[in-house]
Amino acid sequence: MSAVTADAAAATRSLVDAKRRQDLIFGVVGIVVLLVVMGLLMTLVADLLIDGMGRISPEFLTSFPSRRAAAAGVLSAWVGTTLVMIVTAAIAVPLGIGAGLYLEEYAAKNVLTDAIEINVSNLAGVPSIIYGLLALGFFVYALDLGQTILVGGLVLSLLILPIVIVATREAVRAIPSGLRESAYGIGANRWQVMWSYILPSARPGILTGAIVGLSRAIGETAPIITIGALTYIAFLPPSPVSANPPWISFEWLNSPFTVMPIQMFNWTSRPQAEFHVNAAATGVLLLAMTLLMNGFAIYLRYRLRRTVRT
Amino acid sequence: MEHTLKSVDAGLGVLSHSVAALGDLAVAQVRAAVDVFVRHDLNDAAKVVRADDALDLQDAEIEKNAVRFIALFQPMADDLRRPIAAMKIAMQLERCGDLAKNIGKRVGRMNAAAPAAKSASIAELGAMAADRLMSVVSAYRADDAQGAYSVWLKDTELDERHDEVLREIVAGMVADPATVEDSTHLLFIAKNLERIGDHATNIAELVYYQITGADLTERPKL
Amino acid sequence: MNETLLTKSPAVTTASPVASEAPIRAQVSNLNFWYGKFQALHDVTMPIRDNEVTAIIGPSGCGKSTLLRCFNRIHDLYPGVRYEGAIELMPDGLNLVGRAVDPILVRLMVGMVFQKPNPFPKSIYENVASGLYVRGIRNRSEVEGRVETALKQAAIWDEVKDRLKKPAYELSGGQQQRLCIARALAPEPKLLLLDEPTSALDPIATAKIESLIADLAQDVTIVIVTHNMGQAARISDQTAFMHLGKLIEFGDTEQIFTSPTVEQTRDYITGRFG
Repeated sequence: MSAVTADAAAATRSLVDAKRRQDLIFGVVGIVVLLVVMGLLMTLVADLLIDGMGRISPEFLTSFPSRRAAAAGVLSAWVGTTLVMIVTAAIAVPLGIGAGLYLEEYAAKNVLTDAIEINVSNLAGVPSIIYGLLALGFFVYALDLGQTILVGGLVLSLLILPIVIVATREAVRAIPSGLRESAYGIGANRWQVMWSYILPSARPGILTGAIVGLSRAIGETAPIITIGALTYIAFLPPSPVSANPPWISFEWLNSPFTVMPIQMFNWTSRPQAEFHVNAAATGVLLLAMTLLMNGFAIYLRYRLRRTVRT
Repeated sequence: MEHTLKSVDAGLGVLSHSVAALGDLAVAQVRAAVDVFVRHDLNDAAKVVRADDALDLQDAEIEKNAVRFIALFQPMADDLRRPIAAMKIAMQLERCGDLAKNIGKRVGRMNAAAPAAKSASIAELGAMAADRLMSVVSAYRADDAQGAYSVWLKDTELDERHDEVLREIVAGMVADPATVEDSTHLLFIAKNLERIGDHATNIAELVYYQITGADLTERPKL
Repeated sequence: MNETLLTKSPAVTTASPVASEAPIRAQVSNLNFWYGKFQALHDVTMPIRDNEVTAIIGPSGCGKSTLLRCFNRIHDLYPGVRYEGAIELMPDGLNLVGRAVDPILVRLMVGMVFQKPNPFPKSIYENVASGLYVRGIRNRSEVEGRVETALKQAAIWDEVKDRLKKPAYELSGGQQQRLCIARALAPEPKLLLLDEPTSALDPIATAKIESLIADLAQDVTIVIVTHNMGQAARISDQTAFMHLGKLIEFGDTEQIFTSPTVEQTRDYITGRFG
C-alpha cells in the first residue's frame, strides 16, 4: 500500500521537476533574447550619443545650415519640425477624434460603416511615400498651395489620421457597456452621453493615441521630401506674432521649410566627416524630442487615469 | 415531479413515512382498545396503556423533523404545507392514541364486562372510528385528496351512531341504577370513540389542505 | 401542462385571495419583442400597480430582463430590435414602446438600476446630480436638495454626507449600488426598474437594499427582476412568473408562493424545474 503511494508521489515530483525545468529554460531564453535586443538598441543609441552629443551647443541650435560644417546649425530644421508638428496636431487630432467618435457612437452599424472601418485600419499601413505623392499631386499642384508648411502639416495629418481614428475607436470601445447603458438610462441624449460620459472616460486612450500618432509623424521623412521640403534653408518662416494689428499672422503657413530628418539626411550624404557629426547631433535632438513627447503621453495618462479610473 | 435537490425529496419522504407509520400505530391502538374492552382482558388492557408511549415518541420525532426540514430547506408552496400538515396530523394521531389509552384504562377500572348488547354497540362504534382513521391514513399515504374528502363527508354517520349508543347506555342506567358506575365508563368510552372520529375528520381536512392548499369549510354538524 | 392545480381536486374551495385593487401605473398589453429574428417575448400582458413592488421571476433565459428593459427602451441602444404591443404609462396612456415615442423621453420618466453597480467615474454628488444636469436643472440649491433627498431615500445619506465630493469608486459594492439607486431616484421617475440589483452583493448589503426597497415603494412604483425567489417573496406585492418568453402566472405574491395555480409555477418555486 505504501509502495503504491510512494510511487505516485515520486511520479508527481518528477512531473513537477520537469515543469520547473521548462519554466527555467523559457526564462533563460527570454532573458537572453531581451539582452540581445536591448544590447543592440543601446549600442545604436550609445553610438549616436557618442558621435553627436559633443556637437550640441547653443550655437548649434541657433545657427542656420552652412557649407562649413563647424558653422552649420539646426535652427531652421527644428523650427520647421516644430511648426509642421503644430499644424499636424491642429488638423489630425480634432479631425481624427471627431471621426472616431462619429463612427463609433453615431453612425449606424451597417455594411458601409464596416467597410469604412476596414479601410481606415488599412490606411494605417500604407507606405508613407504614397501619402507624399498624394499630397504632391493634390495639395501642391491641383490646389496650388505650394511647397509650404501648411502642406507639410496636411500630408502628415493624413498619414496619422488613421492612427488617431483607430485609437479613438478602441478607447471608446474599451468603455464598459454598463457605463453607456447607465448614462442613457438617466435620460441623456446621444450628445450628452458622448460629451459628459464617454469622452471623459476615453480621454486617456484617445490622448495616448494622438501622441503616438504625432511621435510617428515627427520622424517621417519620405512624404516631406516628396512634397518638396527644401534641404537648405537659411531663413525662418515669418513670425506668427507681429507688432501691428492683427497681432497674429498666418503667413508662416505659406512659407517653405525644412525638417530635422531631412537635415540629417542631407548631412549624412556629404563626404566630410564633420557633417556626419552634425547629423548625429541632429539625431540626438530628434530622439530627445520623441522621448519628450512619449514621456508627456505617459505623464498625461497617469494624471488622467487617477481622476477617471474606469 | 422530483426536486432538483434530492435531499428535499428524501426529507419529505421521511416525514410522510413517519406520519403514515404513526397513523398505523394509532389505528392499531384503537382496534386493540376496542378488542380489549369486548374481551374485558385486564392484562392486555395494561399493555395497550403502555403502548401509548411509542406514539408519543413518534409524534415528538415528527415535530422535530418537520422543524428541521423547514429551517434547512426554506420550503415554499406545497413543500411548506407538507411539514406543517405533518406536524398537525401527528398531533391529531397522538390524541387518538391518548383516547385509545384512556379506553384501556377505563377497561381496567370497570367492575365487570359490559352486557352483550352494549358491548356490541360499542364495538360497532369502535369499528366505525377505527375504519375512518384507517381510511384517512390511507388517503394520506396515497396523497389522495378525493379519499380525504370522502372521509370528511361521512362525519355525521359516526356522530349519529354515537348519539344512539348514548341513549342506549342512559336508558340502561335509568333501568338499572346499580350499573351506573360501569355505565359511566361506557359513556366515556363511547365519547372517546366519537372524538376519535372527529380527529379523523380533522386529519381529512389537513390532508386535503396539504394536497390542494385549500380549506374544506362548513363542517357537517348535527 | 399548464392545467391549474385546483381543477384536479374535488369539492369546496375557499374564496380566492383578495386581488390588489391599487390603481394601475403601467399596463403591459400583448407585448411581443424580437432580437432580430428571435422572438424573446410572446404576448405578455400584466398590470403594474401604483406604489407597489412587482417582481418578475423565472429561470435563465425566460425573458424577465428582456421584459424589464422594454420599460425604458434600453434595447434601442442595440440594432435589430422590434416591439409589438404596448406598455401604457398611466394616467396619460403613453405607449412606452410605441415607435413614435422617443426613447429618450421614456428614459426621462423611467429609472433603472443595473445588476452590476456602475456609478459614473465622478464624485458621489455628481453621480446623483447627473440625472438632474441632463435635464437642464442646474440651480445649485435645487440640485443639492434633490441630491440629499435621493441619498436619503436610498438609505445611504448618513454614510456619505461628509464626503460628497469624493469619487464614487471609493465606496464598497453595496454602497455603490445604493448610490446607483439614488442616482435613478433623483429625477423623480414614475417607474423604477431594478434588474437583479443584489445578485452581485453579499447578504448584508442585500438585506439593506431589500429594506430600502420596501420603504421606497411608498414613493415610487417598482418593478424588480430577481432570480432569488426568497427575495421576491420577501419584498414584492405582486409576482410574475415567466418561462421561455411567456408570462405563465401573475398574482399576489402571497398567493404565488403559498398556493400557485399553475403547475409550472409550483415546480419552479419548489425547485422541481429542470
